[in-house]
Amino acid sequence: MSRVPVKKTYKLYLGGAFPRSESGRTYEAEEHNIAQASRKDLRDAVRVARGATGKWAGMTAYNRGQVLYRVAEMMEARGAEFAEWTDKLAQVLGGANPVAGPYFNFTMPEPTGVVGIVAPGEPALLGLVSRLAPVLAGGNTAVVVASETHPRAAIELAEVLATSDVPGGVVNILTGRRDELAPHLASHLDVDALDLDRGDAELERAAAENVKRVVLGRGDVQSPYEISSFLELKTVWHPMGQ
Amino acid sequence: MTEIPAHPPPATLAFRGFEYAAAPESRAIVRLDDAYGLYVGGAWRDAAESYTTISPATEEPLARVGQASAEDVGAAVAAARGAYEDGWSALRPAERAKYLFRIARLLQERAREFAVLESLNGGKPIKESRDVDLPLAAAHFFYYAGWADKLEYAFPNRRPRPVGVAGQIIPWNFPLLMLAWKIAPALAAGNTVVLKPAETTPLTALLFCDVVRQAELPPGVVNIVTGDGRTGAALVEHPDVDKIAFTGSTEVGKAIQRELAGTGKRLTLELGGKAANIVFDDAPLDQAVEGIVNGIYFNQGHVCCAGSRLLVQESIQEPLIEKLKRRLTTLRVGDPLDKNTDVGAINSAAQLRKIEELVAAGEQEGAEIYQPPCRLPEQGYWFAPTVFTGVAQSHRIAQEEIFGPVLSVLSFRTPEEALEKANNTAYGLSAGVWTEKGSRILWMAQRLRAGVVWANTFNRFDPTSPFGGYKESGFGREGGLHGLEPYLRFDEDGA
Repeated sequence: MSRVPVKKTYKLYLGGAFPRSESGRTYEAEEHNIAQASRKDLRDAVRVARGATGKWAGMTAYNRGQVLYRVAEMMEARGAEFAEWTDKLAQVLGGANPVAGPYFNFTMPEPTGVVGIVAPGEPALLGLVSRLAPVLAGGNTAVVVASETHPRAAIELAEVLATSDVPGGVVNILTGRRDELAPHLASHLDVDALDLDRGDAELERAAAENVKRVVLGRGDVQSPYEISSFLELKTVWHPMGQ
Repeated sequence: MTEIPAHPPPATLAFRGFEYAAAPESRAIVRLDDAYGLYVGGAWRDAAESYTTISPATEEPLARVGQASAEDVGAAVAAARGAYEDGWSALRPAERAKYLFRIARLLQERAREFAVLESLNGGKPIKESRDVDLPLAAAHFFYYAGWADKLEYAFPNRRPRPVGVAGQIIPWNFPLLMLAWKIAPALAAGNTVVLKPAETTPLTALLFCDVVRQAELPPGVVNIVTGDGRTGAALVEHPDVDKIAFTGSTEVGKAIQRELAGTGKRLTLELGGKAANIVFDDAPLDQAVEGIVNGIYFNQGHVCCAGSRLLVQESIQEPLIEKLKRRLTTLRVGDPLDKNTDVGAINSAAQLRKIEELVAAGEQEGAEIYQPPCRLPEQGYWFAPTVFTGVAQSHRIAQEEIFGPVLSVLSFRTPEEALEKANNTAYGLSAGVWTEKGSRILWMAQRLRAGVVWANTFNRFDPTSPFGGYKESGFGREGGLHGLEPYLRFDEDGA
């Protein structure tokens, strides 16, 4: 008896699990059935990403670097050069400030929080990894809207992440319609920064709703300073005395 | 060992009613013109419309000031572009540094004149403009002058280059200091600027034009356009401005971010705040009281990083509040030019209305108000130092920025609760922590979502120290090495 070809239906990656869209919808891309996330899925993803910030940011930079380096190895793709930066950021971007007074003063970089990423379409895998790696290296969590036309690279990445030591909820990947998901991501009040695949007046305007940091990422940029786009700088003062 | 004299016995507190003799700083050092134009391309340009700027302490008119139109702003941007291309950006960096050093020196030499004018036009106590605003403004020019020829060392392997023409919009709470924060790093990095001072406090920026002239800065490198929000909007919308830097309210900041959406223009925003000043039960209470007073009554509370929410550990709430109230009775409210004055005039009628509205809301929502007995002048805009106790997280006075001398007191039991309450705000500019326990300071400092954390101190500023907010308090940093970055582009930007 010959086998009947049944198209696999790929799912979302949310909180470390692979659920269907709560809407039950799918669409076709790259000759596969792909889950079509709803706005409710997006809200769930942001909530899960927010919940994961403490654990991920609370890991030592050393540990986070090792986890990410292993992911990069598994992917055999870009990302390793960002993973190596985790425990060097505070030394390159922070330090002591020689204020004119009897105070000890230092600045340290910190993750900005939850970053929304609208992934570039091409090159699908490299583009996505190049945008995600600096976000994660900086200790942020992410909600990714995968490329609508080339979603399989994001699904492949989700499968790698699911078997890695990156805690569930740190990366959440939604497949579906860009026009449906991206505006909602851009205006969401619990998203701290927005990484866009291209300049987009409508999304950038929506981002102003809660003064999001907007990054117009390019898939081919490798500079470690990309990481600083997703960091806050905190300065601490303390008097010096007896 | 020297004996430290004991605190005076309570009986001496009967010295209430003791009056300080007035010690006004002379206004004679300030020479005001009847009317000012706009400073464009190194010359004064007449504006078609003008308005009167006043002293908020007396409502006395000080001068007529130009209301720059979109056309005026266009002329200023063209002058800045011309100066940028006509040599400023290509000038040897060490030469740029010399101009900035000159400006710093001139500000120091003319410090008293600037301080008197700042207090006259803005209402802030002379001891603050003299001891804080002016020294810090000069220090910013000194600090960034030094970076002008060291950018390659500051940003190794990044080939830093200037951005172009910077449009800068500043607030009325620290008029000259905010001008220094904006202009010094921009010029050090090789940019030219068009700056709009706040509508109510244009005079020190206009006097600064004379410093620019004395320093022989090439025409067009610094342009000053005065006016209200319409002038600011024209600057933001101008297509030939490469970068906008704004300090002001979160509401206007959001409008600017919306306006710039899709244009690719660079933007930094330094916006509002609702800082928590957190006092633990092991803190030295007298020092903490001084820190609380400095945190909220400094500059009439017209400070974006003011410690406007006092979070006090429950076990010490009573003695701390009692000490605080007693300290409030010693604050001297009145003539900004009097050297004894601690709290000056509210900057404008509009700001006074806003403070009154929020204070009324505080009373309506059930918080308990305390104001020390003090005589406020009849003329001008005044508000007594105010403390609200029994404030709930949901009250407007716990959530909204009042930007006035009004403190909201909340209590907590555990460090976790303090943190939860402190971070429960859309803002994230600053925070304060008072405790003798070092590990707790670091634990709190790491978890507070704010750009500046003051531990066992408050409201300290320095040109080497980056300043700026998390969340809706804005993005980008001013001060330090980080303060140069918004004014530079790098090779990895691909340009």
